[in-house]
Amino acid sequence: MNIIDEFKDVVLNPYSYAKKLKADEGKKIIGYFCTYAPEELIFAAGAHPMRLFGTSENIHLADSHLQSYSCSLVRGALEEALNGNLNFLDGTVFPHTCDSIQRLSDIWRMNTSFSFFSDVVMPVKLNTESAREYMRDVIGKFSNDLESGFSVSISDEKIAEANDIYNKIRAYLKEVYRLRSEDPSCISGADTYYIIKGAMIMERRELLKKLPLAIDYIKSGKSAKTASDKSRLILAGSICNHPDIYDIIEESGGVVIWDDLCTGSRYFEGEISSQGNPADALADRYSSRVICPAKHISNTSRGDNLAALSADHKAKGVIFMYLKFCDPHSWDYPYMKGILGEKGVANMLLEVEDKLPSLGQLKTRFEAFMEML
Amino acid sequence: MSGEDKIIDAEKEKRKIKSLGRMKEIMTHYYIDAKTARKNNKKVAWITSGGPVEPLLVMDIIPVYPENYGAMIGASKMGVDLCGVAEGMGYSQDLCSYGRADIGQAETQGGPIGGLPEPDMLICCNNICGTVLKWYEVMARKFKVPLFIFDTPIIHTENSDAARKYVRRQIDEYIIFLEEQCGKKYDYDRMNEVGKLSVESQRLWRDVLATASNKPAPMSAFDAFFHLALIVTLRGTQVCVDYYKGLLAEMEGRVKDGISAVPQEKYRLLWDNLPVWYKTKWLSEKIASHDACLVADTYTSAWSAQVDLLDENDFLESMAEGYTAIYLNIGTDKMAKMVLTMIDKYDVDGVILHSNRSCKPYSLGQYDIQKIIMKERNLPSLIIEADMTDERSFSESQIATRIDAFMELIKDKRGN
Repeated sequence: MNIIDEFKDVVLNPYSYAKKLKADEGKKIIGYFCTYAPEELIFAAGAHPMRLFGTSENIHLADSHLQSYSCSLVRGALEEALNGNLNFLDGTVFPHTCDSIQRLSDIWRMNTSFSFFSDVVMPVKLNTESAREYMRDVIGKFSNDLESGFSVSISDEKIAEANDIYNKIRAYLKEVYRLRSEDPSCISGADTYYIIKGAMIMERRELLKKLPLAIDYIKSGKSAKTASDKSRLILAGSICNHPDIYDIIEESGGVVIWDDLCTGSRYFEGEISSQGNPADALADRYSSRVICPAKHISNTSRGDNLAALSADHKAKGVIFMYLKFCDPHSWDYPYMKGILGEKGVANMLLEVEDKLPSLGQLKTRFEAFMEML
Repeated sequence: MSGEDKIIDAEKEKRKIKSLGRMKEIMTHYYIDAKTARKNNKKVAWITSGGPVEPLLVMDIIPVYPENYGAMIGASKMGVDLCGVAEGMGYSQDLCSYGRADIGQAETQGGPIGGLPEPDMLICCNNICGTVLKWYEVMARKFKVPLFIFDTPIIHTENSDAARKYVRRQIDEYIIFLEEQCGKKYDYDRMNEVGKLSVESQRLWRDVLATASNKPAPMSAFDAFFHLALIVTLRGTQVCVDYYKGLLAEMEGRVKDGISAVPQEKYRLLWDNLPVWYKTKWLSEKIASHDACLVADTYTSAWSAQVDLLDENDFLESMAEGYTAIYLNIGTDKMAKMVLTMIDKYDVDGVILHSNRSCKPYSLGQYDIQKIIMKERNLPSLIIEADMTDERSFSESQIATRIDAFMELIKDKRGN
C-alpha cells in the first residue's frame, strides 16, 4: 500500500479507523460536520476530532425527523446517528453555521445519547471588534465544555501545541494543493481528494507524519497522474463526497487545480498566530479565515475571493458544486457567477442530491462546458 | 334572493371584525408615507420582521418590511410571478419565497403596491433565520447602501453572558450606525417614549390574541394573520397602541356578546408556522366547514411572547435579551414547550403544522414537536406540506383530503 492508498483506506473506512484508534489508544472520538468546529481544542483535550460526512445509503430513520427539503448532509448525518453506525462516538460538536445544521443540532441532542454534546454558537458576522471578542468568549466556553466533559485540564501550553500542529498540517495540505496547481499532471484529483479528506479523519499526530511522506511521493512522480493538457478548473461549493467527480472531469478534458470547498481549501486556509494568548489566537483564526456563505465579512468577500483564486491559479473555469437545498450557497450563486463573468471566467452549476447524476449525463454536461473554455 | 340568504348575510356581517377597516386605512397611510419618503426628505430602512425597529423610529427613519410585503404579494397571489423573476436571475426555486419575491419586486417594481420604496440602509437581524443575512447581502449589493447586521446568537439550550454582552454592544453600534446615516445625534428621551409604546403595543397584541382562549373564540388565527401587520410594522408608535386598544375592546365586546369567529365552534385547533398567504380564505372556510376554529398560532404570538423580557422604563438595556430570545431563535425542544403551553392555554383539540419549504428554522424540527405533542398531551396533529408565498408548493386536493381525515380523527377522539 503506497502512502496515498493509506489515505484512501482511511477515507473509505473511516469508522473502522476510528474504532481501531479507540481500541488501541483509548482515544475519545468527537465528531463534527463543518470546518468551523474548533478541533484544535478537541485535540488539546486529548480527544480525537473526526469529521463526519453522513451517508447517502438507505436513508429512512432520518425521514421521521427531517423533511425532504433538508440537504443530504443533514439527512445522511442523522441517519448514521440513528442507525447505530456512529456508536463509537463519544460526542459531537455543532458550530453555528446554517439554519439546517442549527436544527440538526437540536434534533441530534434530543434523539441521541452520546456522552458529550456542545453547541459552539459563534458569531455570524466577523467584521467587528465586538464579534471578534465574542468569538474569543465562545472559544473559551467550548474549552470549558471540553474540560468538564472529559475531566481534563486544557492549559495554554496544550492549546499552543495544538495550534502549532494544526498550522503544520494546514501548511502541508496547502503544499499538496500548490504542487497540483503548479503541475496538475503530478497527482490526480481523486488522490488529492483522498489526502485532504483523510486529513479530517486521521489521528492528527499520525497525519503530521504521513503528510510529508505523501508530498515526497507526489514529488517523486510515483502518484497516479493525469494528462497535462487539460483545462484548469476550480471546484467551488460546500462538501464534496464524490471522488468520482474528479475522474469524470479529467475524462471530459478538465482538471481541478484548486477549490473553494468546505472539504478543501477552506479547511486549511488561515494560519493561527503564535503570538499572544493561544486560545485568543485560535479564536482570531476562526474570525479571519476564508468564510463559508453562512458567515459575513463583507457583501462581496466570497465572490472577490473566488475571482482572486481564479486569477492566482490561472483557472479557465469554475464548477459550482452545490448540495441541493443548501440555502447559503444557492443565495451566493448569482452574484458569484456575475463576478466571474466580469473577469471572463466561465462557470457552470452542478446541483447534487444524495448521489451524483449518471456518468453519461455528467460527462455530457462537463464536455459541453469544456468546449466553452 | 330568498329570505334565508338575507339572514345568513346578517350573520356574516355580525361576525366581521369592524376594526379591519381602520387597519386597512392605517396600512395604506403607512405605505403612502413610505413611498413618498424621498419627497419628504425622510430616509427609508428595510428591516427584517424580527429586527429592532424602535431605534429607527427614534431617528425618524421609515421602516419598511420586505417580509410584510412578501405576505401581501402572497395574499395577492403574485408570488409565483415575482419568484419567477428571481429564478430567472439564477436564484434556486428552493430558496425562501419571501426572499425570491422581494428580489422580483425590487427588479420589476412589482406586487400590490407597485414595488417597495428603495432603501437608504438595510437592517438585518438574524434572530429569525440565516436566510435574511444572504437576502440582505443581495439587496446591499443591488442598492449599494450600507447594511447593518444585528447578530443574535441562537439560544439552543440557554443564553450565555458572552452572547448577552455581544448583543448589548451591537445596540451601541447600531445607534452609532444610525447617527452616521442620519447625521444627527440619537435622542434618548425619544427612545424612552418609543420603548414604552413598543412594550405597550406588544402587551395589547398579547391580550388581543389571548381573547381567543374564550369559548367560543371571538377571533381566529386567520384574523390574527391580518391584524398582525401593525405589530410588525408600526410597533413603537401611538397609532399602533390606539389601534390595538380598539381591537381589544372589540374582541372583549364579542366575548361578552357571544360573537364567535366560526358560527358553530365545536373544535379548536392550533396552527404552527407562517400562514399559507395565498390560501388563507380557502383554509379558513375548509376548517370552519368542520365547525372548527383555528384559535391560535405560534407565528403571530411571536411578536408578543417575549414582552415580559422587555423593560418599558429601560427599553434599550432590555432590548438585547428581548430580541435574542424570540420564538425562532431557540432550540426545538424549547419551541415544543411553548407549543404545549399554547395547547393548554387555548384548550385545543389538535394541532396543524405547516411544513413550510421556505422556512427551515421554523420547519425542521416539526416532526419532533409533533411527537412531543402526542407524548405529552396525547393530541392528534397534522403536517401539511406547503409554502407561504409560492403557490406551486400547494396541492389543494391533497390537503383538503388530509384536513378532512384529520378532522374525522378529532371528532372520533372527542366522541361527538
